[in-house]
Amino acid sequence: MILVHIETDLDGTASEVSLEAITFARNLSEAGGGVPVDAVVFNELSDDLHKELAAYGVRTVHRIGGDDVAAYSGAGWASAILTAREAARSVVVMAAGTDRGMELMAHVAARAGVAMAANVISFSGLAPFVVTRQVAGGAAREEMVLNQRPAVFTVAGHALEAQPATASGPADVVEHTPSIDAADLLARVVSSEEPEEDLSGALSSAKVVVGAGRGVGGADKFDDVLELTSLLGATLGVSRVVTSAGWRPHHEQVGQTGSRISPELYIPCGISGAIQHWAGCATAKNILAINSDAEAPMVTKATYAVIGDLHEIVPAINEEIKRRKG
Amino acid sequence: MVPSPVNVLVAVKRVPDSSSEVLLTADEQAVDGSKAGFTTSPHEECAVEIATQVVAAGEGGGEATVVTLGDKDAAEQLRNALAVGCTQATHVVADAHTLGPIDIARELAAVVRDHEAAGRTHDLVLLGSDASDTGDFQVGIRLAYELGRPVVNGATTVTIEDGVAVAVGKGPEGQETYRVPLPAVVTIREGGVEPRYPSVKGRMAAKKVQIEEREPAAEHRGPQRVKLLLPPPTPSSVQILGEGAAAAPAVVDLFEQLGVLSR
Ligand SMILES: Cc1cc2nc3c(=O)[nH]c(=O)nc-3n(C[C@H](O)[C@H](O)[C@H](O)COP(=O)(O)OP(=O)(O)OC[C@H]3O[C@@H](n4cnc5c(N)ncnc54)[C@H](O)[C@@H]3O)c2cc1C
Ligand SMILES: Nc1ncnc2c1ncn2[C@@H]1O[C@H](COP(=O)(O)O)[C@@H](O)[C@H]1O
Repeated sequence: MILVHIETDLDGTASEVSLEAITFARNLSEAGGGVPVDAVVFNELSDDLHKELAAYGVRTVHRIGGDDVAAYSGAGWASAILTAREAARSVVVMAAGTDRGMELMAHVAARAGVAMAANVISFSGLAPFVVTRQVAGGAAREEMVLNQRPAVFTVAGHALEAQPATASGPADVVEHTPSIDAADLLARVVSSEEPEEDLSGALSSAKVVVGAGRGVGGADKFDDVLELTSLLGATLGVSRVVTSAGWRPHHEQVGQTGSRISPELYIPCGISGAIQHWAGCATAKNILAINSDAEAPMVTKATYAVIGDLHEIVPAINEEIKRRKG
Repeated sequence: MVPSPVNVLVAVKRVPDSSSEVLLTADEQAVDGSKAGFTTSPHEECAVEIATQVVAAGEGGGEATVVTLGDKDAAEQLRNALAVGCTQATHVVADAHTLGPIDIARELAAVVRDHEAAGRTHDLVLLGSDASDTGDFQVGIRLAYELGRPVVNGATTVTIEDGVAVAVGKGPEGQETYRVPLPAVVTIREGGVEPRYPSVKGRMAAKKVQIEEREPAAEHRGPQRVKLLLPPPTPSSVQILGEGAAAAPAVVDLFEQLGVLSR
């Protein structure tokens, strides 16, 4: 049995990366002779989510609820996942490679006394079970053996495409209301609040993102890119050089240690495209790079590019937009 | 309540600088940093900053100790942390890439236990959420289980109020706050504090600190690694729209074509 932890979006449906994780689990199941895929969901199980899980071929949905898991705690939730694991007799426990997925699987692995592989993108053998995962922010890969049971890992975001099953699953619901050890509840979320402005949330869901890097040249030189951002109704995203220099706040950072974006169009201006930045924007549908260096990785990896000084190009684009808008 | 001294241990790792081209060592067991150079990962630089802030906010007498497990050269990472406010350093001398995260957590736990047996408590242990080379995302959590302490993961700020660590980080529901009784473990993500630059005075002071060197304490399981590989290069298919300001009309045509320009 394969047990997949499901994360939900604010609307209660499964997050894209969780659907990718179930798809990965199904591929694994097929290679392993069709072992069932079970899902574990905390707290709310909406009708929409239930239908989605069925469409993705899930056999059993373990819904974990009750006072002890109402607020998030890594240790508490992991102990509950292990309860569901016992019921499902799973040999694999996995989650999406989000911060929370990593944290939960690390707890699960530590409690079960087994290894944990973060950011897996594929598997190459079942006996021994060999996975390939991203390391160094995606700059390199590691082949790793997971020969203990349960095999515990997370699936890197967008390593594969989420795909519903050819035949839907029963998605029978099993309720669990575990009582959690007090020690496992010590590190528990006591309050959560939406930030005053929609800080980095806007970036992750933006349709158009204008990017700004070291090439902008200084905190006082953002007028052009900010004007382009507002003309396009876009959101500003920046490189780490920009936040480290204090030119812009950290919540605008895109990349491995910032937000991940997947807009329709990303327009990085004066960003070289280091692997850690790329990690945050690789899933943009279209990239229009504006850079003075035609050999910069951001340019060679982009869909479109304009070569030259961004402080000449961006104002010209702004003028052209205003001219056409009339 | 009067603040009492707080003692913090912060774990940093010497990692190859991967911001430019990444190469592998000949045995394919590690990223080769001999050309690109070595650094401390951004999360851990923030953890060091938080360690010194927490000690400074407590009553006098608290210490911020930095620890690393790495080869001889990793002393550089310890000196860097000493230069920005840590006052003690411990070096477990071993090749980090021959160990797995389970081993490293055990070694760090052994440091904490030995220090505490010698009367040096570590009320708060800080780590990065993930090391920027191996990206295992687990040493801090495993360390907490080794020590039997609660752990908060991925905080961006930490303060101490009446013997309780208040850790705040970004979660799925926005800003999430934890209040954990000490002793505790917290892993840090970049974004809440600015690591400071060492002053000349700081560098001088760092040179004077005697680094405690120790051997690995336990038997190791080793990493589960078969080998490292580099991702296949993706062929470029970029379409150059033009050079300089003259490209503006072509760019705006593209905006219209992609439907991102509302009229
Ligand atoms: C563990 C780790 C995590 C990291 N996380 C992140 C992260 O989350 N996000 C991130 O962005 N980085 C991250 N980095 C840093 C990353 O490696 C790079 O250092 C950073 O992305 C470079 O920023 P940049 O492209 O703005 O600057 P540079 O690399 O200096 O590039 C500047 C670019 O601007 C171009 N340019 C200069 N002047 C002009 C001009 N007038 N007009 C047009 N183009 C011009 C240059 O040709 C160049 O391509 C991380 C690094 C590490 C080690
Ligand atoms: N060799 C090491 N020496 C000291 N600290 C380490 C070492 N390896 C990992 N850590 C700490 O554990 C955190 C998480 O690492 P990892 O689980 O390997 O991604 C890092 O950010 C460091 O703070």
